[in-house]
Amino acid sequence: MAEYLIKNGFVFDPILGINGDKTDVAIKDGKIVESTALSNPKVIDAAGKTVMAAGVDIHAHVAGPKVNVGRNFRPEDKLFTYEAGNGVKRMAGGFSVPTVFRTGYLYAKMGYGTVMEAAMPPLYARHTHEEMRDTPILDQGAYPVFGNNWFVLEYLKNHELENVEAYISWLLRTTRGYAIKIVNPGGTEAWGWGLNCNSIHDPVPYFDITPAQIMKGLMEANEALRLPHSVHIHTNNLGNPGNYETTLETFKLFEGAKANNDFGRKQVMHHTHVQFHSYGGDSWGNVESKADAIMDYVNSHDNMTIDLGCVTLDETTTMTADGPFEHHLTELNHLKWANTDVELETAAGVVPYIYGKNIKVCGIQWAIGLELALMAKDPMRVFITTDHPNAGPFFRYPRVMKWLMSKKAREAEMDSLKWAEKVRDATFLSGIDRELTLYEIAAMSRAGTAQALGLSSMYGSLKPGLQADVAVYDYNPETAEDPELIEKAFGNAAYLFKGGEVVVKDGDVVSNGNKKTLWVDVKVNDNPQVRRDVTEKFLRYYTVTEANYEVNEKVFMKNPYRIEVDATQ
Amino acid sequence: MRLSEVMMMETVTLTPKAQPDLYIDAENITPDAFAGKTAEEIAAIHVHEGNQTGLLGTYFEVSGKGGATAAETKIVIKGDVLRVKYIGMRMTAGEILIEGSADMYVGAWMEGGRIHVTGNVDAFSGTGMKDGELEIDGNAGNYLGAAYRGDWRGMQSGTIRVHGNAGSDIGTFMNGGTIVIDGDVDVHVGTHAEGGTIIVKGNGKSKIGGQMVKGDIYVFGTIDVMMPGYVYRENVDLEVDGTKATFAMYEGDMGERHGKRKGQVIYGHIYQKY
Amino acid sequence: MAKIVTDVVCPFCGTLCDDLEVKVTDDNKKILEVCNACVIGTEKFLHSQAEDRLKVPQMQDEEGNWKEVSIKDAVEYTAQTLCNAKKPLMYGWSSTNCEAQSVGHEIAELVGAVVDNTATVCHGTTLIAVQDVGVPSCTLGEVKNRADRIVFWGCNPAHAHPRHMSRYSIFPRGFFTGKGHKARKMVVVDPRSTDTAKMADVHLQLEQGRDYELLSALRVALRGAPLPETVAGIPRETIQDVAATLKSGRFVIIFFGMGVTQSLSKNHNIDMAISLTRDLNEYTKAAIMPMRGHYNVTGSGQVLGWQFGFPYCVDLSRGFARYNPGDSTSNDLLRRGEVDAVFVLGSDPGAHFPISSVKKIAHLPSVCVDPHHTPTSAVCKLHMPVAFVGVEEAGCAYRMDNVPIETRKVVEPPEGMVSDEEFLKMVLKRVREIKGVA
Repeated sequence: MAEYLIKNGFVFDPILGINGDKTDVAIKDGKIVESTALSNPKVIDAAGKTVMAAGVDIHAHVAGPKVNVGRNFRPEDKLFTYEAGNGVKRMAGGFSVPTVFRTGYLYAKMGYGTVMEAAMPPLYARHTHEEMRDTPILDQGAYPVFGNNWFVLEYLKNHELENVEAYISWLLRTTRGYAIKIVNPGGTEAWGWGLNCNSIHDPVPYFDITPAQIMKGLMEANEALRLPHSVHIHTNNLGNPGNYETTLETFKLFEGAKANNDFGRKQVMHHTHVQFHSYGGDSWGNVESKADAIMDYVNSHDNMTIDLGCVTLDETTTMTADGPFEHHLTELNHLKWANTDVELETAAGVVPYIYGKNIKVCGIQWAIGLELALMAKDPMRVFITTDHPNAGPFFRYPRVMKWLMSKKAREAEMDSLKWAEKVRDATFLSGIDRELTLYEIAAMSRAGTAQALGLSSMYGSLKPGLQADVAVYDYNPETAEDPELIEKAFGNAAYLFKGGEVVVKDGDVVSNGNKKTLWVDVKVNDNPQVRRDVTEKFLRYYTVTEANYEVNEKVFMKNPYRIEVDATQ
Repeated sequence: MRLSEVMMMETVTLTPKAQPDLYIDAENITPDAFAGKTAEEIAAIHVHEGNQTGLLGTYFEVSGKGGATAAETKIVIKGDVLRVKYIGMRMTAGEILIEGSADMYVGAWMEGGRIHVTGNVDAFSGTGMKDGELEIDGNAGNYLGAAYRGDWRGMQSGTIRVHGNAGSDIGTFMNGGTIVIDGDVDVHVGTHAEGGTIIVKGNGKSKIGGQMVKGDIYVFGTIDVMMPGYVYRENVDLEVDGTKATFAMYEGDMGERHGKRKGQVIYGHIYQKY
Repeated sequence: MAKIVTDVVCPFCGTLCDDLEVKVTDDNKKILEVCNACVIGTEKFLHSQAEDRLKVPQMQDEEGNWKEVSIKDAVEYTAQTLCNAKKPLMYGWSSTNCEAQSVGHEIAELVGAVVDNTATVCHGTTLIAVQDVGVPSCTLGEVKNRADRIVFWGCNPAHAHPRHMSRYSIFPRGFFTGKGHKARKMVVVDPRSTDTAKMADVHLQLEQGRDYELLSALRVALRGAPLPETVAGIPRETIQDVAATLKSGRFVIIFFGMGVTQSLSKNHNIDMAISLTRDLNEYTKAAIMPMRGHYNVTGSGQVLGWQFGFPYCVDLSRGFARYNPGDSTSNDLLRRGEVDAVFVLGSDPGAHFPISSVKKIAHLPSVCVDPHHTPTSAVCKLHMPVAFVGVEEAGCAYRMDNVPIETRKVVEPPEGMVSDEEFLKMVLKRVREIKGVA
């Protein structure tokens, strides 16, 4: 493999504490090395450019059944967006729900190398893996959803934590999953009857357990299993005015808990797309930002991480395992609604949504997403996402970065809103002068996410020994004044190295790389009870046989990368 | 000084000379693409036959030249273009006259200007039309003035006038504008409409105004079967596109959701002439 | 001696039963017995065992005389035909695995073809309706475990999906449905008195071509608005009773088939049925599901979806993907003379398309990839026989509820026989050479 020496760039690496110093980055055999280890490197002149580890996205909906529902039921999302294939590239199209090819290319162009699929229904694990297999360039993993799974509900109701752990171990291995995802715990099971759990103390119909018990129980199992990532939560009551109280109640469930793992992960809980969970008021008429209350809590509790879920003011497609929420949304906007309830496990809904600049609530949502980041004291625990495609498409990250880094840019956006003054009244954004630095952006988009995923030994930094995923942006932090340069540079990487190979050059994809699919294999003590329960549920309630449930990695995965954990005593 | 006084209208004439083996996509036959170009430049504009890229000049004799802007450009097509799709697609201004019949997608997604076809057009003409005028002297195929697949934003504004008959599925997801059919129409008229006006001067068949939320449909002739979600309210005297008559007014579709204005539920309307 | 292969997936219909047991000889060459499958599924397995099965590619000359050719020649003819065409149609894809579909798509992209699957004559109208209004649906296990109101509209599972009612919809005792069929109400809507209709609690025997009106009337009844005395030949009171029955259920499921997708109003029927389902969710829980035919037509839509963004009739000829049924659909393309070569794999348009379309295929350069002699192979210039997917070749398939299941290889194909995927890979390699791409 070729050796590279990236010279003279402004390097930003929160792990190494490098804040814009001109430092060389050396690449050999797919890894980052000390520059002394190179013999005959190809030199990349990064003078006047910004150098960071490749981006790591902790939460996006990019592969799997609901994503494909979004593609197939929105032909209009493809109109006039298609690009022809060229060189190594396949034809690629779609705006809010791009095809797998476009997903890979656009992330790479932003200098991202790793993207986690945020919700995988276990029964559809094969589908999710097929899409990830066909997504070029990116290293990926997928989080199976657990928060409404009948095994989990029954074991937790009976306080059988060891059985929960054995089941999680079995399901992660069987579906080749990466982490424990929880979406509207209990509420989605209730949706099987058209109902919901609106607070974390609403009992789940029949199963007689509360969302709070589900979340806490799964966190305890996660820590007992010593998994790389923490539980990854989307709590109840998403998207409703006044829901910040539910969010704070959820946060408080984890107070005092300590992370238990060998992967450098520090949090016990990651809460996703917090923008959707930070609303005050009691109606859409008086909804207001509660980013202050939320961030007060987050800032003072270092055992948790969050991601933003920034609204980008685009026409997009919402999709979530929060089935009842999507039904609620279609009742509000009257647009087409797809829903799939998945036996014994989960559900998902999909509804197009237009975040319009002339709608007050959309402006408030836009402001809240940015406020969360701008109020963050520790950028290693607060991550940039758009909950793609829910709050906006992922390829708007450079625009979000622009808003976060430039008060001028976000004020210009604010002024372009029809109800700018009302939005200002209901939010804090215009009163915030902070402009994030590239060092903080690096924490929020790669260093912090890699650490929270338990992957800091592979990604997120330019430390020797890590995988050589390096992004070079044509952005000179010493001279750049126009905020538009941020959006342009971070959307068109000058270089992306992936596993030591150049995959993007001058904003163009030149290689499909050598993607990996990450999954977690956690060993637990043999548990005959859980084995028997699994067999019985398949015989009686599932409609596929147990033998046909497992993901065959030879067929469905590209370069499976197994992360082993030993949780046997 | 009025704007029209400084406009210098130029005409480009396209005379068909060779038939494609298959069909050609000619979304570049628009005043927008022709504006500011000479005949030679226009002849060099791309058209597509399947996976092959060809030149407009291969299929048409080109004479005249484009005006300075789209608004100052008129295109005249002399004769049938039965194997040419997408004429006038997304045009914003100017004029196209087709002296003959054309294939699918005439004026699809057009945003302004005027298209006049002296013959017939095939399906999907005026798809997703935003504004402008489309006049067909002959017949129109299915999906006239309908939305593109999956889009809830169908025809927004403008006028489509067909002097002959039209096919099925006209005005699907219509939001605004007017469609006038002098002749008869096939099934499904104004399905899912949320605004706009459709006037059928001949006969309708059935499935008229199904799932309509808002909007007006006038039928001068017969309706085979009225949708069950329409309720007769009263007779009204109206002048519709120059015709004064008494109409039976129905409201519906009662199976569909409807908005309210000032406490009153707003329904879709079907008016049938006595 | 013999051995039993368990958990075998049936490559016949969209029900995709995965509990078959197949007895095979120890050398993996012959199927002796098929258990748990319906008669059609059993026949599909046994058919592969026919002694007179075509094993060598054949080409037809202009006089209609067939001669055997090598696989290499078959690859060459296929690649040249596709590369020389201005707009080739690559049709079928519903009776093969997703892996083969993927390779086919790569070829189609390189040669600028239209890719269409059997939805075009089947549930394509359903896909249009889903694009217009969405679709509240569920997996078949949800039906088994929760549903107490089952509607079959324009479909006849007793014959077309023989194990559907016993495995998923009417008879099984699920988690919340311990009483099985005794606690379920079954409504059948069909102008014919089918064997399925005979089992129903309520049979609405409507006038043909008036499904749209009847579905609309049910929606009107749900909202308590007035109705005409009869709709589609069904009395108002009956319609109101059925609406009340659905509303009072805990979990309603509507299954529908080609009786509504391909009769007058087509996509609008499904659109209205979906809208009815949507409305029912304001009162209770309701879902709707198409009874998909070919065992992997659903998979074709999925793979096309994630690769190109559209579920069928995807026109790649311009170097980007376009989609519009009525324009890019196979029969419209053939009828209008828009394509100049035809490649068929995993379907039999010769049997399912209008005769006018089949005649067009007969006059064009054409390839049929199929294990059987079929009406399609009879009119194509090249017939390339292949192994049976799901019997002699494994690979992914999607059930009617979009659940993917990996089909199994039960026996070896006859010696020298290639699979769909292998053949397509050879064609892809040759196409790349001809086009001069790496």
